[in-house]
Amino acid sequence: MWGHGYPYSSTYTAVEVATLVTKPVLHIDRVVIRLAGDSGDGMQLTGDRFTAETASFGNDLSTLPNFPAEIRAPAGTLPGVSSFQLHFADHDIMTPGDAPDVLVAMNPAALRANLGDLPRGKTIIANADEFAGRSLTKVGYTANPLEDDSLADYQLISVPLTSLTLEALKDSGLGKKDAERAKNMFALGLLSWMYNRPTEGTIAFLKKRFAGKPEIAESNVTAFRAGYNYGDTTEAFAVSYEIKPAEMPPGVYRNINGNLALAYGLVAAAKCSGLPLFLGAYPITPASDILHELSKHKAFGVRTFQAEDEIAGVGAALGASFGGALGVTTTSGPGVALKGETIGLAVSMELPLVIVDVQRGGPSTGLPTKTEQADLLMAMFGRNGESPVPIVAPRSPSDCFDAALEAVRIATTFMTPVFLLSDGYLANGSEPWLLPNSADLSDLRRPFVTEPNGPDGEFLPYQRDQATLARPWAVPGTTGLQHRLGGLEKSDGAGEINYEPANHDYMVRTRQAKVDRIADGLPPTEVDDPTGAARVLVLGWGSTYGPIGAACRRLRVDGLEIAQLHLRHLNPFPSDLGPVLKRYERVVVPEMNLGQLALLLRAEYLVDIVGYNQVRGLPFRAAELADVLHGVITEVTNATEGSGEATASEHRREERARSGASAEPTDMTEVLR
Amino acid sequence: MTEIEIGMPTLKPKDFKTDQEVRWCPGCGDYIILNTVQSFLPEMKIRREDIVFVSGIGCSSRFPYYVNTYGLHSIHGRAPAIATGLAASRPELSVWVVTGDGDALSIGGNHLIHALRRNVNLTILLFNNRIYGLTKGQYSPTSELGKVTKSTPMGSLDAPFNPLSLAIGAEATFVARAMDSDRAGLLSVLRAAHEHKGAAFIEIYQNCNIYNDGAFEVLKDPGTRDEAIIPLVTGQPIRFGKDGHRGVVRDPNTGVLGVAEVSEVGNDAIVVHDPSTEDPSYAFGLSRLSGSDLGHTPFGVFRSVQRPTYDGQMSAQLDEAVAKSGAGDLDQLLHGSDTWVVGAGADAS
Repeated sequence: MWGHGYPYSSTYTAVEVATLVTKPVLHIDRVVIRLAGDSGDGMQLTGDRFTAETASFGNDLSTLPNFPAEIRAPAGTLPGVSSFQLHFADHDIMTPGDAPDVLVAMNPAALRANLGDLPRGKTIIANADEFAGRSLTKVGYTANPLEDDSLADYQLISVPLTSLTLEALKDSGLGKKDAERAKNMFALGLLSWMYNRPTEGTIAFLKKRFAGKPEIAESNVTAFRAGYNYGDTTEAFAVSYEIKPAEMPPGVYRNINGNLALAYGLVAAAKCSGLPLFLGAYPITPASDILHELSKHKAFGVRTFQAEDEIAGVGAALGASFGGALGVTTTSGPGVALKGETIGLAVSMELPLVIVDVQRGGPSTGLPTKTEQADLLMAMFGRNGESPVPIVAPRSPSDCFDAALEAVRIATTFMTPVFLLSDGYLANGSEPWLLPNSADLSDLRRPFVTEPNGPDGEFLPYQRDQATLARPWAVPGTTGLQHRLGGLEKSDGAGEINYEPANHDYMVRTRQAKVDRIADGLPPTEVDDPTGAARVLVLGWGSTYGPIGAACRRLRVDGLEIAQLHLRHLNPFPSDLGPVLKRYERVVVPEMNLGQLALLLRAEYLVDIVGYNQVRGLPFRAAELADVLHGVITEVTNATEGSGEATASEHRREERARSGASAEPTDMTEVLR
Repeated sequence: MTEIEIGMPTLKPKDFKTDQEVRWCPGCGDYIILNTVQSFLPEMKIRREDIVFVSGIGCSSRFPYYVNTYGLHSIHGRAPAIATGLAASRPELSVWVVTGDGDALSIGGNHLIHALRRNVNLTILLFNNRIYGLTKGQYSPTSELGKVTKSTPMGSLDAPFNPLSLAIGAEATFVARAMDSDRAGLLSVLRAAHEHKGAAFIEIYQNCNIYNDGAFEVLKDPGTRDEAIIPLVTGQPIRFGKDGHRGVVRDPNTGVLGVAEVSEVGNDAIVVHDPSTEDPSYAFGLSRLSGSDLGHTPFGVFRSVQRPTYDGQMSAQLDEAVAKSGAGDLDQLLHGSDTWVVGAGADAS
């Protein structure tokens, strides 16, 4: 998938065989590769480089890094396995792939941890040197799986990666330990040959990365080339593969992950709003990379403050907002739990503030490096009192850029804190991004007030804009507009402390009405329903966009009708969402939680929702979703056929009555409750 | 900070009053502190709109509502963090934090120590009444050990903080103490704090006449105060008591500061006060002269040393980044180093 919502083409090209001078080149349309090794083996770096080569070649791609929370779990153990999955194709793709076609296993632990995901008949490239002695027994192998025929159902290619690397580097002057470290580059070289990837980028990258240690740079390049040549010359590899560049909309592209796109989106939003960006943040996985990235951009006037804790991070951001900056705090779920009181203060003071929650598995510390989308209800309700906060969510890594701009637009237009709900998969997953031109970005400027607005020349900090209900933003330094804000209830208009029953009731309702009004300015909801005849709608939010979209394609290829809708705005919902939901006989909501959006939709629209819920720390698999949706479509179709001339609405009523009595087989929410 | 230009009207204390009714209990020490601060603010020669008071929660934290500047009455304990964001993003402002012993030392202890170590350009006024007033009388982190309150009917069990020792331990660059009833003393430390660049921490003993009345009586009673108060005067031997008969001396073996009769040790043995002493153990030693009984309590500026401010350095890094590579170019940033072009007519960079 690539950014900017280009309509995909589902051109699955036929496999064709071509022959080159040396070895035959097999043309294929897509492949999923998973690199797996010890967390110290450099799998993430290898994956990143292979991704960069693939991106520059022009394939569409999608990646899924998957690593343990421990920096270095004990070597060679199952908990220490780190992997990187890359799906690339000659056509638009939407996910990192359900299952690998090729598994590169750097040690027995990597094989054991990942073999279950590898369909039979697929390829294993194993580092034979590591399949011996303790490395095997440590993960429960009593015999060497590379030699005992247990992998007979797979295409096994056993390569002594470590010893080949050492051999290639024997004249480098490096010690054995240092030389061994380059084995990931040998593997990368081999893969680069297998898939005819351009190599210049990696060579340039290695030289730059190890510029201070030329001997290390040289040995990595040597190992990389040796791996490439090994593929070219050895008989173990009979063919290499070519995957042609994908047909993508014209323009300039780069590869980007969600955290980077989000950071860039914030920098762009600061420019578009004319506000200096102030980030208050405390390090937390998987959000820290946004802090790291923004810290680099001081030349854009970006101030980053690594706070003493999560509370200080959001507090400083809010203090900066009071001073006229674009205050932002970035965190993950545990941090949001701590920031709640300050977010409530921002609701009360009605100041712009962006809270970025890169969601991870919970509760508590949970799964720090794995993805989940279970913070929706916390963002929605996780504060004392009636404390409405708008929520927006990106749908893909590159979409984090646009979502950041939208969050800032809402924050400054409506003078409100805004939640931006990313997640671990978006944060670290990557895809090609059609670069926007900065001149084409929306103007987000909303000037500070400089003149008193009261009838007697006084400043009334809570005198609202009649259209948006936003209060004016007057910043320190502005003559005559001195005012005091705070968490105590204020009188409408004058903003003085006020405990009157009628005033509090009015202010509570007005703050809610202000957030509700955001919906008025949203574009009409677009449902992807190619024939307009679908009876089942699949509705999602956040990072499930890719797998849901891929599942819909599969169904349509099979001739089934399915409509897809993906929400950018979770609070408030778009104003036409209710009628849209009611157009469909069944609404399926897949979520990586136990049914949080489903709960909100049911409450808001009294529409029955079929939930499909997983909390495995991993994105949905498209095939699995397709099966679930297929089941719902079949059920709807059968219900009609079985009841003669009954109308669709009667069916809906029946369905509702039935699902109230017993759990739907696909509705994990119901089952688990 | 913007100095008032010649020809601009001179501000008066009344210019810093708001139309809000002051709602502290009658007789509260907060009134006189408010009054003293309002009478001091014109001296700074800073425009009202360039001053911000930030507070947390507690009786003292109502303060911003009564001062005609920009103000922010925030949430419990967080004022130093919020003020840090404001001061760091707007270094030209004069940012004040008003807090209490519960707000600053209990729920907000973390933010206080970090604001001090960072040396953010803030003036922090800690009103210490050694009790929780707003929640009606529980013991606070500065209450004396064994304090009997609603929440500690058999006496409190936890050793109290000495706020100045804590601040000095947290690398504060400016530390002073004053008392609500001593208007002149408070004014003089406010002046010194204003001249200080960086975090200025002022502990103000404040009487809560409802829940902890007389907590500082030993420092106020004409019969005891002269023997209890140690005035700190820069460049002067630290002497106190009737006719200055006592003084602060340093134990030559341990370096510990203590109190001695001048007649016994001689005036040359008395420590000459120098708040610019870099080694914090000097100011720390002064802070340890008074225990919970307030028997020997120094007032004035304990410590005033120069260190670069957090906000100043943050701005300098921004300037340095621009000087080095020019102002940021958004398109260049988005492009990064690895791009590719699809289709005709598009330019890669």
